[in-house]
Amino acid sequence: MTGPLLEMTGVHKAFGPNAVLRGIDLQVAEHEVVVLIGASGSGKSTLLRCVNGLEAVDAGEVVLRTPGSTLTVSDARVDLDAVRRRVGIVFQQYNLFPHLSAVQNVALAPRRVLRRSRGQAERAARELLARFGLADRADAYPDQLSGGQQQRVAIVRALAMDPEIVLFDEITSALDPQLVGEVLDVVRELTTAGMTIVMATHEMGFARDVAHRVLFLDAGTVVEEGTPAQIFGAPTHPRTRQFLARVSTGTATRGGIDA
Amino acid sequence: MSVPQGGTTAVAAPLPYVDPVRRAAARRRTVRDALIATASLAVFVGAVALWASRLPGWPAVQASFFDGEILRSSFLPTLQALVLNIKMFLVAELLILPLGLVVALCRRSRAPVLFPLRAVATVYTDVFRGTPTLLVVFLLGFGVPALDIPGLTPEPVVWGTVALVLSYGAYVGEVFRAGIASVHPSQGMAARSLGLSQWQTSRFVVLPQAVRRVVPPLLNDFVSLQKDTALVGVLGPIEALRQAQIISYDEANFTPYVAAAVLFIALTIPLARFTDWLQARQERRTSIAGAR
Ligand SMILES: Nc1ncnc2c1ncn2[C@@H]1O[C@H](COP(=O)(O)OP(=O)(O)O)[C@@H](O)[C@H]1O
Ligand SMILES: [Mg+2]
Repeated sequence: MTGPLLEMTGVHKAFGPNAVLRGIDLQVAEHEVVVLIGASGSGKSTLLRCVNGLEAVDAGEVVLRTPGSTLTVSDARVDLDAVRRRVGIVFQQYNLFPHLSAVQNVALAPRRVLRRSRGQAERAARELLARFGLADRADAYPDQLSGGQQQRVAIVRALAMDPEIVLFDEITSALDPQLVGEVLDVVRELTTAGMTIVMATHEMGFARDVAHRVLFLDAGTVVEEGTPAQIFGAPTHPRTRQFLARVSTGTATRGGIDA
Repeated sequence: MSVPQGGTTAVAAPLPYVDPVRRAAARRRTVRDALIATASLAVFVGAVALWASRLPGWPAVQASFFDGEILRSSFLPTLQALVLNIKMFLVAELLILPLGLVVALCRRSRAPVLFPLRAVATVYTDVFRGTPTLLVVFLLGFGVPALDIPGLTPEPVVWGTVALVLSYGAYVGEVFRAGIASVHPSQGMAARSLGLSQWQTSRFVVLPQAVRRVVPPLLNDFVSLQKDTALVGVLGPIEALRQAQIISYDEANFTPYVAAAVLFIALTIPLARFTDWLQARQERRTSIAGAR
């Protein structure tokens, strides 16, 4: 494999007259943990959704280099199902399937997409749930789980497809504060296991801990990019400083930033 | 195998404690409410009966609609004829469900190549929802046998049932469509993000949720279908209403219709109560989920 696992070059995306991404360049190497920060509406979610083809880009390239193949996500002829088998994504609102138990949620895609047998898929699902402390909740339905448990199941569901890269889109923003920790612990464990991750978050402390690289997005462009120490310790761009100041003084709490 | 407590099966929770005095009071209230309800019903029915029986036309109405002798003698033949109604709706229901589902899926398809399917499904729904069911029964029941197509049965019961299937298929298709639309798009998005195809997403994520939600309105349509089987009687088959009509002509009395009415009501009540129960259960579930 030559080149980064994920490469975005000059990506533009607009919704009608609203230009949301305006020339995004991003490269993510294998095992790298990249964190996207920025105010609400700066384009973090849209960027992530362009990676797995939930949104089609207007211009630029999105390329995914996996051991077996190189997939140009931005190419209209690409097999998006093939892309999504290799890219996991976890959303702010969990989006578990309410008619399926935790283990069935996790086993669904391996069964139907990877054609595993039911027994095999569910056994693997239980093992994976157990690894993240959810063994005793495996047969519970989503409405019987706390928000933190639901989000952990959603993460496990993405991992069950054995993705090359996982995208996290503000996965703790919908949680009660006391539940944020258990979800972030799961992410932390994944980073130590060497998973390639792109994560949009407002948890600055966590970002500083786990990120290899932090990107500050503003109005659809990457304004500043660097190591956590650089971005949080010595931001050079005035917009970055302004944003971080607002976050740290608490005028932009989680609700305020991403209401 | 000894399973340690606290495994997957929950440890038996202690019974909630309710003050015995309050418990007794609550039980007394329940009994009292039931008594009041019963008495109130009796008074109400009595008042209506008294009012009706004092109307000047009552004796004539009673003689032609509520003749005890005729009611008894017409009951059994009408009940026997009702078997045909039951057969018709059982067969019709089995056909309507897949038809409605297919129509709903066609109408929701977005792929350009599937446009013909979408167009056909839309026209079908418009036509059969807009045409009185009785008219569809007439057209198919008299029209198709008259065509004398080789290989096709001219049996009116069959074509009457087909008419019911087509008419109700249009309604049920709309019920399914509404159910599918009620599943939040984020569910489809989550499924597609896992690599499931459009079809797999419908089959394993959207439809199971949609079908669960539409069971009560669906059963409501089926209650309506049960009595509309009587429409097929216009084609000649002796179903319950037609049987009642025949006896009514013989006896020059309307009482057999009352017998038929009672039988149709008895037929629909179980399904109606079942629908109520399901709906109540669903409401309870959503309110619990909503309170979380
Ligand atoms: N599907 C969509 N249709 C129209 N506008 C959208 C859509 N998705 C996002 N937007 C707009 O794009 C902008 C960026 O949104 P988003 O990527 O969600 O930002 P962030 O995740 O950083 O808060 C917002 O102004 C939002 O209203
Ligand atoms: Mg967002």
